[in-house]
Amino acid sequence: MDEILEILEKNARITPEEIAKMLNRSVPSVKNTIKRFEKQGVVLGYKTIINKELLRDENSEVRAIIEVRITPQKDVGFDKIAQRIYSFPEVKSCYLLSGTYDLLLVVEGKNIHTVSNFVAEKLAPLENVRGTTTHFLLKKYKEDGMILRHKEEDKRIAISY
Amino acid sequence: MEISKRVQRVQPSGIRRFFDLVLGMKEVISLGVGEPDFITPWQIREAGIYSLEQGFTSYTSNKGLFKLRMGISRYLKSRYGLEYSPEDEILVTVGVSEGLDLVLRAIINPQDRILIPSPRYVSYGPLTELSGGIPVYLNTERQRFKLTPDIIERHVNSKAKAIILNYPANPTGISYTKKELERIKRAILKYNLICISDEIYGDLTYDFLHVPFATLAGAKNSTVYLSGFSKSYAMTGWRVGFACGPKRIIDAMTKIHQYTTMCVSITSQMAAYEALQTARSAVDEMRREYRRRREYVVDRLKELGIECVRPDGAFYVFASIKDTAFTSVDFAQRLLREQRVAVVPGTAFGEEFDGYIRISYASSFENLKEALIRIERFLKKNQRQ
Repeated sequence: MDEILEILEKNARITPEEIAKMLNRSVPSVKNTIKRFEKQGVVLGYKTIINKELLRDENSEVRAIIEVRITPQKDVGFDKIAQRIYSFPEVKSCYLLSGTYDLLLVVEGKNIHTVSNFVAEKLAPLENVRGTTTHFLLKKYKEDGMILRHKEEDKRIAISY
Repeated sequence: MEISKRVQRVQPSGIRRFFDLVLGMKEVISLGVGEPDFITPWQIREAGIYSLEQGFTSYTSNKGLFKLRMGISRYLKSRYGLEYSPEDEILVTVGVSEGLDLVLRAIINPQDRILIPSPRYVSYGPLTELSGGIPVYLNTERQRFKLTPDIIERHVNSKAKAIILNYPANPTGISYTKKELERIKRAILKYNLICISDEIYGDLTYDFLHVPFATLAGAKNSTVYLSGFSKSYAMTGWRVGFACGPKRIIDAMTKIHQYTTMCVSITSQMAAYEALQTARSAVDEMRREYRRRREYVVDRLKELGIECVRPDGAFYVFASIKDTAFTSVDFAQRLLREQRVAVVPGTAFGEEFDGYIRISYASSFENLKEALIRIERFLKKNQRQ
């Protein structure tokens, strides 16, 4: 993986100027590389990782992991039906898996009812969906490589040889 | 109670007061730390925990767990083509600190001279004195902190017994290419010196492959190779290092080690073994991170008009403050008080390095960025009239 990606993956707010310093490259060359990655779709976007566990406000959302068994369609296989499912804005992630079920969804909703309604009214009735299993998420410990807790303080003594 | 004359003669560190000042202050960004800011990779910590669960709480053999010595031997062979027998040429020590103490005690007769290129890591001189030897400091400032054969020639005499090399170096970060080492080696062999080579930062070399001194043709028999897990694997608190050398010297060192230390903590040894087995990719990742920080810090210092020799490894920059009006302790104290940034005054590494400060970049990018902004502010405020 390009080192620029390694840097941005950890911290998307580092500027091209700073990256140029870190890698001893010119600023335009760093900017061009980033632009190229964006164009190629290697870099899809930049987002902030929010620890919603700490917000606990009224707008907090519930998440469910949903296993979906589907019947693949002729010619297009799973892709067509997957598209019908992942196009719902409630679906945050959608993966095709090997094993006892086919699609794994991460679905977000305002509360348990909205998620249940989504499953009962939108997902389950779809023609090619043979069955669903919904797991509500109770607690998040780690997401996308980030451990969700307060930043740990530096445990080193402040000065040493 | 009378303290021995030998211990009394060892000078207490002149910057102890500055250290206390730092430790008593809050909200400080410290670039004064001599250890990685990473936490030991999880699988290594887990191996330590698991060993405790399994009941590994005993002593080990004096030289260290055989499987760990075997692991070290294999690692050195595969990475550097360096061959040491796990039976009698490797000793597991409490960090390089103990290894260094052992080797000095094992070789020094009263009044023997030990050559120490300077600026130097703080323990080299005092440990030499505690063993009854006399440290001879070789100032490398004019050679951009690199030891050259000429400098050795100038200081060597019949009493000289050994030389302590340290590369990549604390506090300068400089290291040597194979070619440079060959020239140093010829001078060392010519005067029949024992080479004590502290290569604890070897894995943190950024622009070329680290070359252990013992791999140079003809050098192995007069070299004691010291390294360990602290810096490469972010394992400073575990205290695991190792000494490799000819059987005779390892035997002598083991003799002292068995009476003073007995063995390194078994938990730490088990964890170190795991490090060798599974953590190489973590080392590579940390090295890339340090390298990026080096580039950033060196570049920023240049923007601020602070001169420094570009470090080849470790995580330090030895920066010149000669353009300011301050001594190194003054500079560090004012920077601490006015901007809450801690650095180590150059005199910690030899009285003659008053024109320098050591900046450690074992700190997060955010911290480095903010600290350099504060240093910039400090310099502007304190510009020489």
